[in-house]
Amino acid sequence: MAADLPSEALKRRAYEAAAAVCDPEIPVLSIADLGVLRDVGVAADGAVEVTITPTYSGCPAMNMIALEIDVALAKAGIERARIRTVLSPAWTTDWMTDEGKAKLRAYGIAPPQGRASSRRGALFGVDQVPCPHCGSGDTEKLAEFGSTACKALWRCRSCREPFDYFKCI
Amino acid sequence: MATTTSIEVPDTPLLGYVLRRADDALVLGHRLSEWCGHAPTLEEDIALPNIALDLIGQARSLYQYAAEIDGTPGRTEDDFAYLRDVGQYRNCLLVEQPNGDFAATVVRQVLYSAFIDPYWRTAIGSKDATLAAVAAKSAKESAYHVRHAGEWLIRLGDGTAESHRRAQAALDDLWLFTGELFEVDATERALIAAGIAVDPETLRAEWNRTVDEILAEATLTRPVDGWMQSGGRSGRHSEHLGYILADLQHLQRTYPGATW
Repeated sequence: MAADLPSEALKRRAYEAAAAVCDPEIPVLSIADLGVLRDVGVAADGAVEVTITPTYSGCPAMNMIALEIDVALAKAGIERARIRTVLSPAWTTDWMTDEGKAKLRAYGIAPPQGRASSRRGALFGVDQVPCPHCGSGDTEKLAEFGSTACKALWRCRSCREPFDYFKCI
Repeated sequence: MATTTSIEVPDTPLLGYVLRRADDALVLGHRLSEWCGHAPTLEEDIALPNIALDLIGQARSLYQYAAEIDGTPGRTEDDFAYLRDVGQYRNCLLVEQPNGDFAATVVRQVLYSAFIDPYWRTAIGSKDATLAAVAAKSAKESAYHVRHAGEWLIRLGDGTAESHRRAQAALDDLWLFTGELFEVDATERALIAAGIAVDPETLRAEWNRTVDEILAEATLTRPVDGWMQSGGRSGRHSEHLGYILADLQHLQRTYPGATW
């Protein structure tokens, strides 16, 4: 049914469907909020082309995300679609939308602090990650690696709650 | 369903070069995955498989590129991982060394990460667009690996008498595998000249600095450079790789093309 749509309308419909797909590990974030969704276009043969990029090389959520985009497009009446994974430019937390960061915090995950553009940030980390539960700045890192590749494990010394920190890369 | 249980890989310079990098990442990733469920603390049980995941992800990207360069119809990333024999693997010997005690794993990770981190940063400038893209992605990950492994080595070396002794023993044991990291053969030299490959010699100063800084803080003694073991880059491996591949490949070799 979507085959009859003019290319621009098809693209818009495909984008809206793909952008609404949520990250399977962080269901409050859409792949658009995360910056994983890079592009939606219509190829010369009329098929919709969705371009995504992984957060980390081995992110196991990528297969799931591709599958869910397929399903979302099919539900929007788009049968002919291709999903392309690209590595370049390399994903960075700088692409996360402000809305995405606010959603993360509300969900109990501290959003990435600062900009990834400085390599020092990656190597020496940040000293201060405010607690997403109580807002206190009195927090400490427990482990560099957390429940998923993109997160580290922190703890709040004020409210004593542990929390995930979305690493800035 | 595929029925092949082994593949022949064309002997071309770029393919060989990509496989060396991919095999390093896969074999070390496999080694680290062996810690899953066995690491000394819960946090470390999460950290080591996380690093393994990064490495296996890097290997996948590189094997996908290898399949593209190879050009044999139907060839995929999986064929390179599952259907090559020991002698066709091109990883350096360091990454296939056993996990040993936790200190051996940490020392192996420091020695490798201190090399591969500046390697990826330099490879971002490769004239090969795919290698440059993999490098940009991997450099973000290796930065965390070198920091994590370095912090552990400092903790072990500057920890108890027992942890210090074990860390120093692991360092002394593994040192003879570090020479191979900087090895270059004639085909690689041509790729370096073409601006595709990284000349490992240009990374030596940074590797020395990183390793020395960590060792100094860890109160460990840098071993004296002596005879260096090599052979992995041309397919002559230690006995350990065969066992890794038996574990990794037995399913695809017993039930070719199996999926679930």
